[in-house]
Amino acid sequence: MISILSFANTNRQPITWEAFPSPHRTSRFLLFFIVLASAVLSAQAHAESTADHSKFEELKGPFDSGPAVTRACLGCHTEAAKQLHKTTHWTWAFDNPVTGQQLGKKNIVNNFCVATASNWPRCTSCHIGYGWKDANFDLTAEENVDCLVCHDTTGKYKKFPTDAGHPNYVPKQWPPKTGKMRQPPDLVQIAQHVGKPSRDNCGTCHFYGGGGDGVKHGHLDSSMHKPTHAVDVHMDVDGLNFSCQTCHTAGGHEIAGSRYTTKASDDKGIDIPGRGDGSRATCASCHGNRPHGDAGNAKLDQHTDKVACVTCHVPTFARGGRKTKMWWDWSTAGRKDQHGKPIVIKDADGYPTYDFKKGDFRWEANVVPEYRWFNGRIDYRTLGAKIDDTGEVEINLIGGEYGDPDARIWPFKVMRGRQPYDRENKILAVPHLFGKDDDAYWKSFDWPRAIKAGLEASGQRFSGDYGFVQTAYSWPVTHMVAPKQDALACDTCHSRSGRLANLEGFYMPGRDRFAWLDLLGGLIVLGTIGGIAIHGAARLIARSGRRKS
Amino acid sequence: MARVYLYSRFLRLYHWLQALLVMSLLVTGFEVHGTIHWLGFERASDYHRVAAWSLLVLLALAWFWHITTGEWKQYIPSPLDRLLAMVRYYGLGIFKGEPHPFHKDRWHRHNPLQRMAYLSLHILIGPLLWISGLVYIAYPYWQRLGLDGLSLAPVALLHTAGAFLMLAFLCVHLYLALTTSEQTLGFLKGMVTGYEEVDNAQAGDPH
Repeated sequence: MISILSFANTNRQPITWEAFPSPHRTSRFLLFFIVLASAVLSAQAHAESTADHSKFEELKGPFDSGPAVTRACLGCHTEAAKQLHKTTHWTWAFDNPVTGQQLGKKNIVNNFCVATASNWPRCTSCHIGYGWKDANFDLTAEENVDCLVCHDTTGKYKKFPTDAGHPNYVPKQWPPKTGKMRQPPDLVQIAQHVGKPSRDNCGTCHFYGGGGDGVKHGHLDSSMHKPTHAVDVHMDVDGLNFSCQTCHTAGGHEIAGSRYTTKASDDKGIDIPGRGDGSRATCASCHGNRPHGDAGNAKLDQHTDKVACVTCHVPTFARGGRKTKMWWDWSTAGRKDQHGKPIVIKDADGYPTYDFKKGDFRWEANVVPEYRWFNGRIDYRTLGAKIDDTGEVEINLIGGEYGDPDARIWPFKVMRGRQPYDRENKILAVPHLFGKDDDAYWKSFDWPRAIKAGLEASGQRFSGDYGFVQTAYSWPVTHMVAPKQDALACDTCHSRSGRLANLEGFYMPGRDRFAWLDLLGGLIVLGTIGGIAIHGAARLIARSGRRKS
Repeated sequence: MARVYLYSRFLRLYHWLQALLVMSLLVTGFEVHGTIHWLGFERASDYHRVAAWSLLVLLALAWFWHITTGEWKQYIPSPLDRLLAMVRYYGLGIFKGEPHPFHKDRWHRHNPLQRMAYLSLHILIGPLLWISGLVYIAYPYWQRLGLDGLSLAPVALLHTAGAFLMLAFLCVHLYLALTTSEQTLGFLKGMVTGYEEVDNAQAGDPH
């Protein structure tokens, strides 16, 4: 059913900052059939539910806004908003029980658009609420929860990219200055067709994190709406066709499997009722810790105490035909050509490699991850944390080492770039990017003003001295699990300069050796062979000498 | 010249199986070590493991056989003067075409150098390899065996060192076994058929 729903969403326009040319052009003819098929099949999709929301008086409308729809939902689902108010999806704040750090989009800094502070209405187009346009947003208002963004099954509901989480209620131009008008979604029709979230609902935000398709994660992008078997064996539309919550189990609107508290190892194995933690957000919770079976090489199961499943089974990320952003250099932003026209440069595939608003980008597909020991602990450099600007600043520090029983070797997308910082206070800057005010960088292209406004909006002070510092942000790679025949072969790591060449603290056959022993041993063997050759040659000469005499 | 039965059926079987396994282990072992590239790491390590267990079974049988049949006595070291006689032979006599200082019979298969070489093989190089190899292969069970303090590096070091010694031994063994008999490849034939042409009139004591 999920495939049917996602099929219906073929024409869905994701919330993106950058309008990429679509890799597939669908003819109108095909579209017609898709719409027809989805109409027929979406009725089937609801067959499992005991409620037909189109028959509810409360949902007859009309609705003048998203919150009006929410009020109708809450009339029956009395506890829903209270549940959501407790989630990170709503609060954008997360108290990490391991590190004691306050995380969440409200508190962390990244090396994409850096921070949410002062940029709220743009960032919160991916918030599950309505109206988070500044720091004064009321997090207790129940009607501000956006039910539809997760529960719409029509594929027609879209938050407007710059309206703080609201859809547009009147026709509005998007992308800006293109003349293309975006029509407001039909809230009544959508409210009457709510259901369980599909990949498309989650993907609306999670596939487009960082401002565009595949920008942030690389293992989550638009190819995951309808992934092939080669891209993701679990979500394969023609195979298992998992939804997100098949693994990210949910109850009371709380979703299992957060990156902030990654479970780097799961020694509980397969989760069955009465045992385990009731979540399926680790590989082991379905596959166990001896997953390779009798047909597999027994040695593979003996790796599970040191190597995460995804290390071998996600051989590369960004495999779905989309590129992911690997480098973002803010320091070059703001350039205009000789006619005063802002510069935008795109590569052959239509990906911007330079954008005057944002600087230089590098995009990559089929990216080989970097590997680290990881025990689930990640320490973040949150807003206002001191940095050492003499080298690359690690925005998050991945915990774990070889000797740590909870640590496994994990794959990471390491996003690198150069971003503004306060050179005197040694803190990462919070640039105020988006807004109609003159402080906004995308309005005036004046870094000191933008940094001052951003830092002050996040409760800090700007010394006036800014620069750009190289940063790295490590993202654990978990999705895009490949078919087993595509899993990494042993020699990918067990070789002199394999993928794990830089991991320290342990001896790995095939990679490591004692150079002096190899030299000594080689000399002994070669010396022996040399001695044999001399001895043999001397015997031959002596024998021919004897024959002559 | 007389045709003497020197190598019993089990001994020949043991010899050739051991030869096959040792050479397989050397090749696959040096691939696991990253020195050569042929089968790929996975197949090399798989074959290495299978060959290792096979060799251990074979060695257990061979040790049992040597002990129960009294064949072990053929590895008792000779006195120094006899050893030196062999050294002199390989260092000098062999070039002059002198006869071999010792002759063989059923219970004196090995010359003094062979006694020493094979004894070293079985009580030094062999155990160095199979003990370090057993510890290596038990790596996934170290915690349960109370070996958590151990690191793989020194185990691999000893095992690799043993492999180099074994390879050097194999080179010398092949050279002497294939080139020093009176008849062309006489020793090779002997190890196949069990019989060797022995010149009983030759000088020297049996050893």
